[in-house]
Amino acid sequence: MTNLKAFSLEVRTWLEDNCPDEMRQPITSDKDICWGGREWQFQSKAQKIWMELMAKKGWTVPTWPVEYGGAGLSRAEEMVIKKEMKRIGARSPLDSFGIWMLGPALLKFGTEDQKKEHLPPVARGEIRWCQGYSEPAAGSDLASLATKCEDMGDHFIVNGQKVWTSYADQADWIFCLVRTDNTGKKHHGISFVLFDMKTDGVEPKPIKLISGRSPFCETFFKDVRVEKKNLVGVQDKGWDVAKYLLTHEREMIGGQHEVAGSLTRPLHELAATVLGLDDGKLSDTMLRSKIAETEIDEWAFSMTLTRKLAEAKAGSSLGADSSMLKYYGTELNKRKYELMMDATGHDGLEWESDRSSDGKLARTWLRTKGNSIEGGTSEVQLNIISKHILQLPGA
Amino acid sequence: MGLVLNEDESLLQDAAEGFFADKAPVKELRKLRDNRDEIGFSQSLWKEMAEMGFTGVLVEEEYGGVDMGFMASGIIAEQMGRNLSASPFLSTAILAATAIREGGSDDQKSRWLPKISSGDAIIALALDERAKHNPDNITTTAERSGNGFKLNGSKAMVVDGHVADALIVAAKTGSQEDGTEVTSLFLVDPNTNGISTERTIMLDSRNSARVDFNEVEISGDALIGNIDDGEHILRKVLNAGRAAVSAELLGAGSQAFESTVAYIKERKQFGKIIGEFQALQHRASHLYSEIENARSAVMAALTALDKNDDNSEDICAMTKAKLGSVAKLASQEGVQMHGGVGMTDEYDIGLFMKRIRVLQELFGDASYHMNKVALSNEY
Repeated sequence: MTNLKAFSLEVRTWLEDNCPDEMRQPITSDKDICWGGREWQFQSKAQKIWMELMAKKGWTVPTWPVEYGGAGLSRAEEMVIKKEMKRIGARSPLDSFGIWMLGPALLKFGTEDQKKEHLPPVARGEIRWCQGYSEPAAGSDLASLATKCEDMGDHFIVNGQKVWTSYADQADWIFCLVRTDNTGKKHHGISFVLFDMKTDGVEPKPIKLISGRSPFCETFFKDVRVEKKNLVGVQDKGWDVAKYLLTHEREMIGGQHEVAGSLTRPLHELAATVLGLDDGKLSDTMLRSKIAETEIDEWAFSMTLTRKLAEAKAGSSLGADSSMLKYYGTELNKRKYELMMDATGHDGLEWESDRSSDGKLARTWLRTKGNSIEGGTSEVQLNIISKHILQLPGA
Repeated sequence: MGLVLNEDESLLQDAAEGFFADKAPVKELRKLRDNRDEIGFSQSLWKEMAEMGFTGVLVEEEYGGVDMGFMASGIIAEQMGRNLSASPFLSTAILAATAIREGGSDDQKSRWLPKISSGDAIIALALDERAKHNPDNITTTAERSGNGFKLNGSKAMVVDGHVADALIVAAKTGSQEDGTEVTSLFLVDPNTNGISTERTIMLDSRNSARVDFNEVEISGDALIGNIDDGEHILRKVLNAGRAAVSAELLGAGSQAFESTVAYIKERKQFGKIIGEFQALQHRASHLYSEIENARSAVMAALTALDKNDDNSEDICAMTKAKLGSVAKLASQEGVQMHGGVGMTDEYDIGLFMKRIRVLQELFGDASYHMNKVALSNEY
């Protein structure tokens, strides 16, 4: 504990000295989030400096080993960094699917060569990854995926289609689930492969969503050549890697709500500004109680996130509880945005005005509807809780 | 930190779990009820709780307590909730111990705290007066009278008031310049002339009292803390009470949930175990998630009290609101998923529903605390 205290002081001083003022301002547009990658256009000089300084410290991925671009820190030390960053309102230096998802999978299942080749560029923000999981006929039932991967001896040839590939049009590489064998049960015969999005035959097409934005793509593969060294884990046993990675994805989505919450004004402040107070109470009393209920639920859920992380630190694994966090966190986020739309009324309906920053709230509200669908629907998470935690029969 | 039990706390949890499951399981409550027990709980259980150190969990060692703090008190309360164990733990070991510890004179402390630790005194808090909890709206008065005071008013929902050796009475003692009334707390002998007590057996087979004060003369040294300064002591007492009730709700809610899950793994209909039906699975899994959040809230509240956190009052209010809703959901879903047998007296689930209904109401229901949290956040 005394070490943590000393560390926290060290972090505080370093951040004070190194975090540019511009990077301590609240995020106002999507471009303020730094995703890195070959094509990345930095929003500002400060964004570039901040990412590079943090990468140099290994703090874009604090818990990864030093040789792969991390700082070799414990989870507790990582929490200290997060806390100190939050204290001064520092933005995340680098967000990426490479950090959240590929990294943990490679650290567990990758060969030494794979780790050395792929992890440091992720940590430095040089390569941006996307995830090729869902297919048109394999959503909640992911294991029925059919993208074909033929073993050609010294390489593979991939043919098929993925969907909901986040930012595939902006990504440099993809980690992808493919079918190398379709003769057995559906969980068997899946493999986890990596390839460059610039490879011949790869074609991402953005999908326009109800929010008017296109964060997702359909991605087509036609005779795409994949080197054998880019197979992660055992051929036909990629489902193990996929499952492990999904756990990380769920924790990420479940936990994101806290991050998002800290960047937006509390619900009640927004409501008070728009609707006004009547004798110290929000003038819409029916809405007031819903807001109070939701904010209390948010608080309790944030305590659960803290508690589950502390328990994991003390030696127990999160396991199926990541499904609980994903389920509850996303449903809560949807509830919150519904109330924000209620609170802003007519103003929140504006789609194209400067006043509404081009319908920022409305578009985010629509985007939240996907929270409980992506990464396994709420219903799938409830199935997982039923089966693995409650051990109900036939789940 | 604080949200995970440390080694001492884990040991206490094991001890409390074994103790209440062994000495005061649900069937003991049934016995007390069916035998129309004179006081509604077992005196010998209370004595054994004293020997375990439970009664003095919040009492300093110099007064015979073990002084283990609020997290420890919550651990005990949770196990009592799991077993529906009847005892004056809440009234005496939590509320009275906190009031006297925080505001009591040296005389009051040395007279009462050792008796709380040893299980020799039961002390009840006489605060609420109407159908709903509202400490800001009491009308019982204490007027200056000679060297002492004269009490007038009526109290209700005085938990364990039917057997109390002393009452802690909240009364108005005047008003400030701006007109707001001020409260003082008094430690009163229930046998004093002018006090009448009616035992009220509640739907959970536990007991409270309605207590009337009619021109009751009490001496000046009955005052707890300073005159007109009862509110800040009361705040601490209510924080402790709300956290303890929340912990008991957590125990009762968890037990209701777990026994329901066990039931739907056994019961067959349509040739299937009903737990195979997704309609039940999803509701059970939702409830699991809510109970996890409820547990986090309770641990956060107890930790805040142990740390004397500035936000304790808000945290305890949020916790009481959350636990009221979650435990209610657990009992409602529990009865529904038990089906017909959930309506019978034979099955325990109904007893849990009753206890949860009472605890939900005690020291403010979810609506009361949502309003409180909103006001505290200026909306």
